[in-house]
Amino acid sequence: MTTPSKQETITTKIWKEIPEDDNPFAAKVCYCSGFDVYGDLLGKASYIEYLYLLFKLEPPSQNQAKLLEGLSIALANPGIRDHSVRGAMNAGAGGSTHASALIAALAVGAGNLGGGREIYNMVKYWEQCGTDINAWEQMIKEPPVEERADVWVPMEHAPGFDPSGASCTLPVKQVLAYLAEVGVSEKLKWLQANRLDLEEFAECPLAMSGIAATVFYDLGLNPNQAEMLFLLLRLPGAAVHALEQEQLGWRRYPFFSEGLKLQEYHSTGEQE
Amino acid sequence: MDRNEMLEKYEDNWETSMGGWFPGEKVILRGKNVLTELNNDRWVEYLLFGITGKRSPRVARLIEGMWLICTSFPDPRLWNNRIAALCATTRSTGVLGSAGALAISEATIYGLKPIQGVSDFLYRTSKKIAEGQCLEDVVKSEVKKYRGIYGYGRPVVDQDERVEPLLDFARSMGAGDGEYTKLAFAVDEYLANSRLKYRINASGVVAGLLADEGITAKELYHIATLTFTAGVIPCYIDALDKPEGAFFPLRVSRVNYEGIEECRVWGKQK
Repeated sequence: MTTPSKQETITTKIWKEIPEDDNPFAAKVCYCSGFDVYGDLLGKASYIEYLYLLFKLEPPSQNQAKLLEGLSIALANPGIRDHSVRGAMNAGAGGSTHASALIAALAVGAGNLGGGREIYNMVKYWEQCGTDINAWEQMIKEPPVEERADVWVPMEHAPGFDPSGASCTLPVKQVLAYLAEVGVSEKLKWLQANRLDLEEFAECPLAMSGIAATVFYDLGLNPNQAEMLFLLLRLPGAAVHALEQEQLGWRRYPFFSEGLKLQEYHSTGEQE
Repeated sequence: MDRNEMLEKYEDNWETSMGGWFPGEKVILRGKNVLTELNNDRWVEYLLFGITGKRSPRVARLIEGMWLICTSFPDPRLWNNRIAALCATTRSTGVLGSAGALAISEATIYGLKPIQGVSDFLYRTSKKIAEGQCLEDVVKSEVKKYRGIYGYGRPVVDQDERVEPLLDFARSMGAGDGEYTKLAFAVDEYLANSRLKYRINASGVVAGLLADEGITAKELYHIATLTFTAGVIPCYIDALDKPEGAFFPLRVSRVNYEGIEECRVWGKQK
């Protein structure tokens, strides 16, 4: 056992613990940003308010809580055809572990196309452009290009917009209208007012990810926080669809039996 | 020792003979210096040593060949590979694709559960036969209890194209005639002639071959953990070369809804 003064510690502004009198390895009281979680906050705060507190370290205003709650519902089930949900259902259909269904949903739902990274990128755009439509036009038409390679491939469409969309879908318009209203959100109202122009710049319609990124920016989350919260909020749908396909079994889940067409391979010519 | 004393004993104190990294100096695995004593190993020899403590280039080569023949199939429709393809189509990262595919490889209809399960079955069956039970009774009881036997039967198709190449490869390595491999095929013969008509699949053959080399069910599970990866990564690369969102797109009409048809209004439920 190392003497207490030499022990390494975990630094945090989020979480404080007081040990039980009879056990230094168990907490008696847990504070989240000063609030006694189990002795005070429990029963008073809603789940959404606590979620906001965890990220922001301050309780939300009524409007902010409504905004996050509305967005949480909008994102909770991305839909059965969403790529991340399909990832989770693959786990369910094959009888894989339940954790792996969520891991698959996170992995597939992390990317530039409707995933966490798209949120990250759009919040970055928001940080740079604010509500300056000319700045958005330039950003969308001449997106920043990183010189050095990254594990993320460059964006292939304007973040927050759906490259395969024909026009802005009804659910996206409904969510935008509702959140702009209940959240008393300037950013969402600006997005609503400028949607058609932005869609023209992007050459494709606004996506749900675009609303999510705007809400996160409006709530004061930075790009990393926004990406993380987006990944979290979309898991309920992945979970229930995975469980359902687990029950139905692999025989009732698409295998695309006739879908693979093997083509002739053209060698790269590199052989030893 | 009570629970607290146990935790206190381990506080900042991890005693291990497995290994460790000594920055700027050396790396140790199971008592051997990785940089000077294991540096000429093949990677699979090193993996085998890490998992089992066995030093055997021959068994390592056997495992490597099995991986290639059985589990490195680059078809993006296979459920675990599909995670990598989906990750590429959404422009997620390659590692997330591989990690997601690896995580779901612990599946029931393929992957790690059958791989470990059939090895465990062969060991248990061998023991029961040694104790006097007959093979038929053991197999019947297993089928009755679990509705099937890991390592026998296969999703999508009945025939397993991997079995013969696997046996050919094993024979080229001087394997294939051991007690557990024979048992695996004796079960195959029994099931093929039963009403179930299940045939042995590659995981049954692998389990028999490696049990003959003294590999336990849990060791086989660990050895097989990364086995799909060489098939997974090409699926990611292939889908990354195609337009984003292009991997088997699904139109709305592909949803076969079987739930409540009536439109309900929230707050006005009956």
